[in-house]
Amino acid sequence: MTLKTISIRNLLRRKGKAGFVLAGLVVGVSTVVGILSFVEAMTSDINHKLEQYGANILIVPRTENLALSYGGLTLGGVSFEMEEIQEQELTRVSTIKNSKNIAALGPLVLGVVHVGTHKALMAGVDFKAARILKPWWHLKGTVPEENGVILGAESARILKLGIGDPITIRNKRLVVSGVLQPTGSQDDQLIFTRLVTAQKIFNKNGRISMAEVAALCKDCPIDALVKQISDVLPGAKVMAIQQVVKSRMETLAQFKKFSFGISGVILLIGSLVVLVTMMGSVRERTDEIGIFRAIGFRKRHIMGIVFMEASIVSGLAGIIGYFTGFGMAKAALRIFSGNHSGHIPFSIELAVGAVVTALIVGLISSAYPAFMASRLDPNEALRSL
Amino acid sequence: MSYIVADNLIKKYGHGESAVSAVDGISFKIKEGEFVGIMGESGAGKSTILGMLGAMNAPTFGRLIVDGIDIYQLSQEQRADFRREFLGFVFQSFHLVSYLTVIENIMLPLAVVKVRKKKKREMAEEAMNQVGLSGKAHRLPSQISGGEKERVAIARSIVNEPPVLLADEPTGNLDTKTTRGIMELFGRLNQGGMTIIMVTHSPDCAGYAQRIIKVSDGKLVGYYSKKYANA
Repeated sequence: MTLKTISIRNLLRRKGKAGFVLAGLVVGVSTVVGILSFVEAMTSDINHKLEQYGANILIVPRTENLALSYGGLTLGGVSFEMEEIQEQELTRVSTIKNSKNIAALGPLVLGVVHVGTHKALMAGVDFKAARILKPWWHLKGTVPEENGVILGAESARILKLGIGDPITIRNKRLVVSGVLQPTGSQDDQLIFTRLVTAQKIFNKNGRISMAEVAALCKDCPIDALVKQISDVLPGAKVMAIQQVVKSRMETLAQFKKFSFGISGVILLIGSLVVLVTMMGSVRERTDEIGIFRAIGFRKRHIMGIVFMEASIVSGLAGIIGYFTGFGMAKAALRIFSGNHSGHIPFSIELAVGAVVTALIVGLISSAYPAFMASRLDPNEALRSL
Repeated sequence: MSYIVADNLIKKYGHGESAVSAVDGISFKIKEGEFVGIMGESGAGKSTILGMLGAMNAPTFGRLIVDGIDIYQLSQEQRADFRREFLGFVFQSFHLVSYLTVIENIMLPLAVVKVRKKKKREMAEEAMNQVGLSGKAHRLPSQISGGEKERVAIARSIVNEPPVLLADEPTGNLDTKTTRGIMELFGRLNQGGMTIIMVTHSPDCAGYAQRIIKVSDGKLVGYYSKKYANA
């Protein structure tokens, strides 16, 4: 006979009440585990999708000239007074430590061309890299061959050209193979062609104006990537597009904060269930506690009985809650991700965390009832019958 | 030397003019190994005196000294230890724990004692044998008779071999035959050296005691030896 025997016997005797406390904690723990697992999986998924959404690092030639453009308004053709980067040098990017974090590397050659009476900006791009760097492009027509171009929506309108129309640029006859759907960006006003074609037109063989990089930032901070690329391209200026990275991270951080907030509220409700139920249980056991005190149990023995009961139920709730939450998260991911297969791996850290959290919530919630039970005057308690 | 000394015990409930004296200046001495009955009509203060003797009900004034220890100078927790080591208490209405078996109820005082499991069981079985409860170890209180419940309560009170046994109307809910059995048990325990203080309103039960303390309206009105128990 030990205090543990008393605790276990009482739980078995009051199965309904123990079950109610267990259910309250299981709901709390499973919801928290479910939300955290779901958010973790969705965060990975969102991060993955966001990282696919365009470039987040720019490689431009190092220049001593200051920028003469602001808010999209360029004053003078100064942007072309800078040195260019050797295309061959870009191969060094694949040698950096975190080269696996590079999703795409897209060199660009830029130049001003005349089409009829209009001036336009022409960009030579790697269309393969452009699929990753510019996923918002929706092309009507086809990707151009060596003597082809695609037009931005606005440039097509102004130049009054459509798919199949010829276009002469610097005495070179080219054909419009496609027109981009409006993107709402500067791309609407450009003429795009293959990198090699643009290099020939602008007489910049083996040279590029700049390069765009799409980096996967999840396991490697953007600053580290920028530094590594800078180290292998000393003649270039490498910049993270901070706004892109920051807004992405802020979105994810807010998502996580919201989920933590909800989890906290749910745990609080669970702890209130434990508190109220345990208080009721203590009141019902006034005579029993009176007997214990009368035969010589100290206050800490009484508290020990209450805490032990709370620990048993809470520990069990943590285990059941983890597996229930795990199942709920998998089901939710399948529903919300559509075709996404939804992989949530078993996490020992989360499982241990769930049990520990349940124990902490259970013990804290039963602290007041335990204290009240220990303070019962044995004389008063026995007279209550 | 007296083992238990009650010195001018007063217990008041309430405050000021509306205060009620449940015990009003009672003093007595009990020798080691004595069997004392406390008698009086309902509301005389008998159970209050027993509560004070049981270190559970601090007097408003007065002292209680047991084996040289001034009980109410101890802290609450020290008094709990005192109860565990010195006293066995048989309550009115048995007060068994309904979800524990007979043997578990008997072992209850040992739950907070550092004794090996096997030794606890031996002590409980010894107590069961003393009270004549062999064969009922694994029954629940709801599965035994009133007399057997009383025996369980007595076994629980003596399992840790306390020197003093306090009993509050131990036969109040029992029939005559069972009452006789219980009182004979008390007699045997007393013969074994246990000091017994028993509250009762029954002259027949009081007749088993060596001395009677009679109380009325919270005051001590007399001592009687066994032959005058019915006076």
